[in-house]
Amino acid sequence: MADLLNLQGWLLALLQTALFVTAAPLLVGWLRLLKARLQNRRAPALTQPYRDLAKLFRKEAIVADTASPLFRAAPYVVFSATVVTAAVIPLLAVHLPTAIIADVIVLVGFLGLARFFLALAGMDVGTAFGGMGSSREMTIASLAEPAMLMAIFTLTMTAQSTNISHAIDFLLAQGVVLRPSFMFALLALLLVAVAETGRVPVDNPTTHLELTMVHEAMILEYSGRHLALMEWAAQLKLMIYGVLIANIFSPWGIAQESTPTALLLGLGAIAGKLMLLCVVLAVSETVLAKMRLFRVPGYLNLAFLFALLGMLSHVILEVGA
Amino acid sequence: MVLKLIAYAVALSLLSGLAGLGTSRFRSLLKLVCFPLLGLSGLAAAAGGLLALTGEPATAQLPLGLPWLAWSVRIDALAGFILLLIGVVVFAVAVFGPGYTREFLHGRHSLAALGVFTGLFVAGMMLVVIANDAFLFMVAWELMSLSSYFLVAFQHENAANRRAAFLYLLMAHVGGLAILLGYGVLAAFGGGFTFEAMRAAELPPLWAGVAFALAFFGFGMKAGLVPLHAWLPEAHPVAPSHISALMSGVMLKVAIYGFVRVTFDLIGTVQVDWGVIVLLVGSVSALLGVLYAMQQTDIKRLLAYSSIENIGVIFMALGLAMIFLAAGQPLLGSLGLIAALYHALNHALFKSLLFLGAGAVIQQTHQHSLEHMGGLLKRLPYTGTFFLVGCLSIASLPPFNGFASEWLTLQTALQGVVLDSGVLRIIIPVTAAMLALTAALGAMLFVRLYGIAFLGQPRTRQARQAHLPSFGMRTAQALLAVLCLLLGVLPALSIDVMGAIPQVLGGLPEPGITGQGWLWLTPVSAATASYSAPLVLLGLGIAWGLFYLLLHGRNHQRVRRIHPWDCGFGPLSPRMQYTATAFAQPVRRIFQPVWLLDEKIERLGDDRRVSGLRHQLQVGDRSWKLLYEPIGRWVLGAARNIARLQGGNVRTYLSYSFFTLIFLLWLIS
Repeated sequence: MADLLNLQGWLLALLQTALFVTAAPLLVGWLRLLKARLQNRRAPALTQPYRDLAKLFRKEAIVADTASPLFRAAPYVVFSATVVTAAVIPLLAVHLPTAIIADVIVLVGFLGLARFFLALAGMDVGTAFGGMGSSREMTIASLAEPAMLMAIFTLTMTAQSTNISHAIDFLLAQGVVLRPSFMFALLALLLVAVAETGRVPVDNPTTHLELTMVHEAMILEYSGRHLALMEWAAQLKLMIYGVLIANIFSPWGIAQESTPTALLLGLGAIAGKLMLLCVVLAVSETVLAKMRLFRVPGYLNLAFLFALLGMLSHVILEVGA
Repeated sequence: MVLKLIAYAVALSLLSGLAGLGTSRFRSLLKLVCFPLLGLSGLAAAAGGLLALTGEPATAQLPLGLPWLAWSVRIDALAGFILLLIGVVVFAVAVFGPGYTREFLHGRHSLAALGVFTGLFVAGMMLVVIANDAFLFMVAWELMSLSSYFLVAFQHENAANRRAAFLYLLMAHVGGLAILLGYGVLAAFGGGFTFEAMRAAELPPLWAGVAFALAFFGFGMKAGLVPLHAWLPEAHPVAPSHISALMSGVMLKVAIYGFVRVTFDLIGTVQVDWGVIVLLVGSVSALLGVLYAMQQTDIKRLLAYSSIENIGVIFMALGLAMIFLAAGQPLLGSLGLIAALYHALNHALFKSLLFLGAGAVIQQTHQHSLEHMGGLLKRLPYTGTFFLVGCLSIASLPPFNGFASEWLTLQTALQGVVLDSGVLRIIIPVTAAMLALTAALGAMLFVRLYGIAFLGQPRTRQARQAHLPSFGMRTAQALLAVLCLLLGVLPALSIDVMGAIPQVLGGLPEPGITGQGWLWLTPVSAATASYSAPLVLLGLGIAWGLFYLLLHGRNHQRVRRIHPWDCGFGPLSPRMQYTATAFAQPVRRIFQPVWLLDEKIERLGDDRRVSGLRHQLQVGDRSWKLLYEPIGRWVLGAARNIARLQGGNVRTYLSYSFFTLIFLLWLIS
């Protein structure tokens, strides 16, 4: 693990993480702008998420008197786990020292850690909404996780590695090959990403209606800087899924060496890919309606089915049984 | 040296049992003598186990047994590993015990039974592990089963407890019979009851299959594999909590030890089909275990079902190991084996931690049901914190120990691509996805357990008045919690110590999991997958510290505490909280066919004015209806038919004797 003693690599990794964390609200701003345009509304400024976060950070934090210390620790745990996830995902360049700390399964574990504390925090104050949100979140996640891992297994079996950097390398070396297994895995991951990041049609991030909310119900008791951390973590999670999908299924443009031009190219490539992905998401959120909670399992079964088909087509068509 | 230490360990636990005899007269003996001796026994076993893990196998003959069959013992790396596991948990239980059993001191309970049988139980488990012939193995196995029967039946005033204990005894003996028959097959071909003879035997494939099936049935029954698990959720909750910790944390691992010893060591050459069966049974157990656990409200029943889940995960890894071994991939085979044994160790630690925590909670609140707890983190801050560590570990979240072993299992499964058979290449990833589903449901299960019991507001007066448990109880939990974190953060060091185990099982190669140093886990090669738990912890710490400083260092924002607002319906009451049953409702609805559900909603009041609603829910285990009740009916029917022989007439009996005599004379002539 010689990469570990590479100072330039570490600096680059830190820079990339910082970029990842600071760009996440921008992505949400862009998504909101797109959605507003599509729905014939006047859009807020692109930087509105930053202003919201700044406002929340300045505000006084109010905590319920029934809350335990866990309630105050949870936003930090959730946020740090999400930041560490972002740190191991190649954003602009592959082969950074952070990439070998954790592979894609560990990454799922990090998101699980964040979710565990998020759900616990929802139950801490002892209101009815929090428990409801936690129960729903964990139910949805427990169905989404196998579909996601199944899709990831299909990819990693092709690349013979669960390390994202290595997998991206492998795909770049292969050039443009149309793999049916990848198409199915992509479909599965898209469905999972929508469910996991709490978007329409599974959850609605802009609602406060008890019948529909999942994520919002859990963070209902938060305010001030705690709420800001929770919101920021959610925005970061959206970006994490976006970058994963963009960089694994079309890794072209990502920097393979750390020269300034390659990095700039990588920045442009990922920005373009994410903007495109947001268009897809905005359109789907505009044309689809929120589902009832008990239709979500059907939706996630579909994701699992796609992942399974991807696996089957990998084994049958690409390797040869 | 190793042998001496283990001999001391067994002797000390027997002495502890002996001292237990005196507790009926001098009640404080239990606290002052029994538990300290048990603790020393645990320390000796752990030290001996650790030495055996790194040293050569040691053998000895005991001056006991039958004239032509002296009992012999052998301690190799595998036995040492299990002894280490037993030792650590026994030590923690011995530290926990004095505080926990205080409430039994002034009751009608027979402390002598508790003291004597705990000592015998521990000694029995240690002897099973070091036995080197089938005879001593079975004697020790029976010692373990019988003494634990008395521990399960400890609070025998309740009819339910007697029932659970009887079921346990029954199933322990059906399983024991299968194991005995399995050894019989091996001994027939090996020409002797010693393990050396069995190891040397060349079994025809059919008989090897029979021996394997018997061992899988027998040990699987003891380990609690679905559908042979029925005794486990009945027996674990009714035993005293520190005994539950021993039974769930350690005894199930002794069953796993037996399975590994017989399958990998004594039978030796495994077949692919066996591996597939073990893998499938393991994954079904894991999934059903977690689903059943999800619907339990009794905290100890929930933990017992969760043991079924974890045993399933261990058997999945063992099944993968067998498939790879049979397919001529010894390196991957030993990877699966290490994953299974590491998960066994981790489960021993976190499940004992959780059972001890449950014991502390039950002692303080006198409640078994989650619906009557709530808000305990504030009343029992230490118990609550250590319990959280246990929950994080068992929910397999990084950087805790449960994650490290599940990650290794998943990595083993991902290597299924090297197999030639296309069917296996599909089955293995699908079971891996089932493992992911199990893990995700497990996370939900422990959010539910922790959130309902420890967070929110107290739901009953007892929960509001819980007091800090004794110092020893807290220390025992702290010890296990620290071990859970250590094994999670430094998995490479722990796995390095385990490296000698594959060697003793038919000379398997050491898997290069730690080929990149102590910082990394790299199961196959560094390029395939890597996980560095220390750096993960460091990263989490840095991220946390950075943001904490940024938010607290600069503008010293204070936190204002106010009453939460709940839609204007007056002050928040504990009854407004989500209940454990409600929390699990979506899962109950999604996986409906898994349970026998009996749900009733009753309206109170007359037709015009409904004054209240009563909701009743019974969640039943389907295995009873599908397997046990038909067997029970069949046995009863057969007994009724045989009972016809018993007419009560002396002349009939005489004629039976007469005909039997004639038959026997005809037979020998």
